[in-house]
Amino acid sequence: MTTKEALFKYLLRLGDTSMILAQRNAEWCGHGPFLEEDLALTNISLDLLGQANSILQYAGQVEGKGRTEDDLAFHRTEREYYNHLIAEQANGDYAKTILRQFFCDAFDFYFYSELVKSKDEMLAAISAKSIKEITYHLRHSSSWVERLGNGTDESHSRMEKAMDELWRFTGEMFEMNEVDSVLIKEGIAIDLNAVRPKWENKVKEVLEKATLKIPANTFMQRGSRDAKHTEHLGFILSEMQSLPRSLPDAKW
Amino acid sequence: MKSKKEILSLLSEIPDPEIPVINIQELGVLRDVIINEQEVEVVITPTYSGCPAMKQIEQDIISTLKAAGIENGKIKLVYHPAWTTDWITDVAKEKLRKYGIAPPEKTTSDKGALMGKQKVLACPRCGSKNTVMISQFGSTACKALFQCSDCKEAFDYFKCI
Repeated sequence: MTTKEALFKYLLRLGDTSMILAQRNAEWCGHGPFLEEDLALTNISLDLLGQANSILQYAGQVEGKGRTEDDLAFHRTEREYYNHLIAEQANGDYAKTILRQFFCDAFDFYFYSELVKSKDEMLAAISAKSIKEITYHLRHSSSWVERLGNGTDESHSRMEKAMDELWRFTGEMFEMNEVDSVLIKEGIAIDLNAVRPKWENKVKEVLEKATLKIPANTFMQRGSRDAKHTEHLGFILSEMQSLPRSLPDAKW
Repeated sequence: MKSKKEILSLLSEIPDPEIPVINIQELGVLRDVIINEQEVEVVITPTYSGCPAMKQIEQDIISTLKAAGIENGKIKLVYHPAWTTDWITDVAKEKLRKYGIAPPEKTTSDKGALMGKQKVLACPRCGSKNTVMISQFGSTACKALFQCSDCKEAFDYFKCI
């Protein structure tokens, strides 16, 4: 694998994860539990979409086949998407949406804080930009994990249920393959083994405050590094891509 | 042919589409103008990654240049250095306050946001410091929502990033 091929795949991994999570959060638009949270989730969604936009635009340039960020977003199928499985999981109730966001925010925070040191200038610049936004996201989701965990018996039990459903998707975020090894050698990518303990500490700290426990069953579902997804991604893409696919040259 | 200074002054009259009391230069979005033989390149940087006003700003720049007879205008979007509210001038901050938006407090070297520390903000309407944050996320990506406990008015705060 050449550096260029690896970088393209690495960028898809990052861009797709931000985009699919943005798409999921956007589903709450107009349906949030109350107005401020509706605004919060859509704001977070917008930041993530903006990050995905810059990353996929750069991915198109790196690939060098003239594909734009829109081509990459709208004209790839499930088996060409590399987003983390956790990002595509259904919104469920607010507990599940918040917990999914918290796991992703904590990952993004420590991941992009490291990636600012990348020797790839564009990746470093996008990371430096994103980290400012992610700081706010993490603060928001951690405070809600605490609030719901410590809230009523009902909110606590919903958080426990969300934990059971989502924990299994957290392991693969730290999985590395040839893409990583090629890019780590060049100083472009970062070692996810260094991100993992920081993520685990943050998760433990917040869950402890929230009186929530990590599930005893530690089975971890993997797949996204090979573009293998859960049943949800196809539905997200078919909705997201329907317009540009049915009216290919449609202009806004 | 217009000089760089002339073009910058022309472009500095473009208001921010969402907060029209300040212009794109005061906001720190307009970074530079590079003139070469083929084109006039306008360098801008986004406030937030997903800020929807950026597309409007790009169009406004191109049409302002065209109106001044410059047909070969081009936009260059840069991410480095990342935009910061530290670039908003004091004059612009005062304009924000008068418009009803509490301007960014101090500088980004204050890491309070990360620690979850709440800022003490003055209400842009009555000046009272007896205010509370309602939500970290407000009507646009760059703002948070606060309320004054004295005059009871809700107000936007331009987040410090």
